[in-house]
Amino acid sequence: MTDIHGEWIILLTGTLAASSCALLGTFLVLRQMSLLGDALSHAVLPGIAIAFFFTESRAILPMFLGAASFGLITTLLVESFHRRWNVPEDASIGIVFTALFALGVVLISAYAGQVDLDQECVLYGEIAYTPWDILLWGDTDIGPRPIWILSSVLVLNLLFIALFYKELVIASFDPAMAISVGINATLVHYLLMGAVSITTVASFESVGAILVVALLIVPGAAAYLWSDRLSTVLMTATFFGITSAIAGYYLAGIINSSIAGTIVVILGLIFSLSVFFAPRQGLLAQFVHRALLSIKIAQDHMLLTMVRAAEVDSEYRSMSSQLLEQASVNSVVARIALNRLRSREFLQNTVTGLRLTEEGRKKGLRLLRSHRLWETYLNELGLQSDHVHEPADILEHYIDEQLQRDIDDQVPDREFDPQGKEIPPTS
Amino acid sequence: MTQLWAFLSLADANVRFVLLGSLLIGATSGILGTFAVLKRRSLIGDALAHAALPGVALAFMVSGSKSLPVLITGATATGIAGMLVIQFIVNNTRIKADAAIGIVLSVFFGGGIVLLTHIQRSGAGNQSGLDKFLFGQAAGMTNDDLKVMAVLSVAIIVAVLMLYKEFKALIFDPQFLQSTGISVRLIDMALMGLIVFTVMVGLQAVGVVLIAAMLITPAVAARFWTERLHLMVIVAALVGSLSGALGTYLSTLAPRIPTGPVMVMVATGFFVFSALFGPCRGLTTRLLRRRKNSLRERRHHVLRAMIEMRETHRDRNQFFTTELASELDWKTGRVEAEAKQLLRSGLAEYSAGTIALTPSGVAEGTFVVKSHRLWEHYLVYRDILAVDHVDGPADELEHLLTPDIIARLEEILQRDHDLDPTTIINIHDNESGYGLKNPGKIVS
Repeated sequence: MTDIHGEWIILLTGTLAASSCALLGTFLVLRQMSLLGDALSHAVLPGIAIAFFFTESRAILPMFLGAASFGLITTLLVESFHRRWNVPEDASIGIVFTALFALGVVLISAYAGQVDLDQECVLYGEIAYTPWDILLWGDTDIGPRPIWILSSVLVLNLLFIALFYKELVIASFDPAMAISVGINATLVHYLLMGAVSITTVASFESVGAILVVALLIVPGAAAYLWSDRLSTVLMTATFFGITSAIAGYYLAGIINSSIAGTIVVILGLIFSLSVFFAPRQGLLAQFVHRALLSIKIAQDHMLLTMVRAAEVDSEYRSMSSQLLEQASVNSVVARIALNRLRSREFLQNTVTGLRLTEEGRKKGLRLLRSHRLWETYLNELGLQSDHVHEPADILEHYIDEQLQRDIDDQVPDREFDPQGKEIPPTS
Repeated sequence: MTQLWAFLSLADANVRFVLLGSLLIGATSGILGTFAVLKRRSLIGDALAHAALPGVALAFMVSGSKSLPVLITGATATGIAGMLVIQFIVNNTRIKADAAIGIVLSVFFGGGIVLLTHIQRSGAGNQSGLDKFLFGQAAGMTNDDLKVMAVLSVAIIVAVLMLYKEFKALIFDPQFLQSTGISVRLIDMALMGLIVFTVMVGLQAVGVVLIAAMLITPAVAARFWTERLHLMVIVAALVGSLSGALGTYLSTLAPRIPTGPVMVMVATGFFVFSALFGPCRGLTTRLLRRRKNSLRERRHHVLRAMIEMRETHRDRNQFFTTELASELDWKTGRVEAEAKQLLRSGLAEYSAGTIALTPSGVAEGTFVVKSHRLWEHYLVYRDILAVDHVDGPADELEHLLTPDIIARLEEILQRDHDLDPTTIINIHDNESGYGLKNPGKIVS
């Protein structure tokens, strides 16, 4: 077997495991059951160990059976401790999975050496040995065993998601509705838990029991920051999973370390990048959004200041320093706002100071109308006339033409706001 | 057996120290675990234990030393970092706490595995001491390690004793804590800090993977024995230290098996025992209570049937069990079994297929009937249930009504509905007023 061939097999194994885990894990994250997934991936260990000892081989079917039954036991025990015994849910998850995992580790340590299963395999997995783990059909070498197993599991998971897509979506986002439209949420729940158990076992040999948790949870959580559409989240999560499998493999080669570990580190990196740079949900995007909003609000306030002054003195001029001071926001924000007002020609420099242009006056009057309509409306709602200014000052920025017309309909035939100031007409 | 004796006699000084160490670890984690579980922080403990692994590896890489204080410092640093990352994710993104815990747990642990395998393969030193931190090896503790752990545990326990009142308020009444002018955030941070240190103390003996169980399992086991916080803390400390000592002992018998999982299995054993036999919500207690309730319910039904039959049969007191069976719509065998019960408790005479109430049986039966009727009247006159719907639900609840509730019902019905307490008749028998002098419904 050549090295290139072996490399491809390891990459394919990682890719298959990562895809299966990412798909199911997305649902765990959305249903806020990440920790149950964590618990399951630990708790299947005694199932695997027992299957090993009974069959004295790594036959896949007994392992799946062992894992699925321990997965089921975990789910049932967690629920009954929580519901019947009133143990807090996180504590009951904690008790069940640590107990079962401890049992698994004890079994494996006690028989270490007799079977090819040891603590290292439990923790790190053996993805690097995948190319030598050959499946024989009769006497014919039909390729690496993990690839056969993982691709069958991936097909099963895809089938499960395709068949139960609607149910999974509704049960994930709106359990109450799921019940009312007759979806058996419990059945979907147990099927999902069964799928997670089986996927955990299949991925277990490659990445180890604890790191499976990362493959399950992290891609889905990261992808959830990138989109609101479930289908997009699923695809993004799979993409992240595969990326981490490939990048992790090469990183492990560079720093001479465990492949499973580096895969998880790459996933952590992807998650951190998503937290900061995802569109809309990312911290950077939110910062920019907030900054733009405060610039817009500062612009609005400056125009309002000018228009209010112009009500008294139509030839009103303001020094830019004065306007900046009155804006009472961060000076950088105020400066940007002022520059934008100048460049959009709402304000004009003259020798005696800044002056409203015709466009600026129109825009300012629209804002003033918005402000005073809000004041009037809030007054109609029962707010005292000397208390309406502050809320209106905030609300005025969040109003478009349509909403302005709607409020106008609510308070018809008004020419003056509660403080007796004229509401500018629509222009 | 000689091994057991050698262990129990504590002849070997090293065994003595190891045992003392495991007792301390168990007690400390039991105590802190009680607060962690009640404050719903169980799995955060798990996450920060896993997050300690890269710290252990980093501390070794930086210092080249395997001394416990150095490694604990590293572990504490990354453990706290992990906790802060969880908080950051929850506060700043739409990812929920459960996923944040899972992410930090697995990614930090993955980082730890990367560092460990790197150290191992680059031959930068003998890593064999470090992988003991995964599943723990109590026997590997040196006397110096034990001193460090003992000092830390005692410090933690003293801190808990000093902050006991504040922690209690934090769990049960944070608003009260706030109103006394103490910062809830500060106390919460103190609790989390102590949980971090507890995890660090147990790191070497129990390992990062399963130390969370030593926080959670003894504490939940303790809940089945008491509902008072200070007793719960004591029981959890006992369960924890017993698990620690027994687990250590068992794992020294089979050195191939790491200590952590054995301790956890012993603790799980205590948990299962508590869940089965604990007096508070334990399975046996609940089954016994349920049985007692159903026995009482059956007795009430028979007594009520007999009193009502007395009413309809002009104070005849002796009935055939077959009559009683048709009144109750029960099988005769069941009535006979119940009759024997009544005979045994002195409430009825039972011989040759006939049953008659004794004076004490009449007294209790009258009370049962009165309770039932007062309760039914109350439900009907307060417009809670219609007269033809009242029998079922009233039946289930009336067995739980205590004499003072009955007295209160009587008082209310007398005051608002003019009920004559001496002759409360069956609400289903009389169509013209259900036994009340003034049947007009008074809405109060």
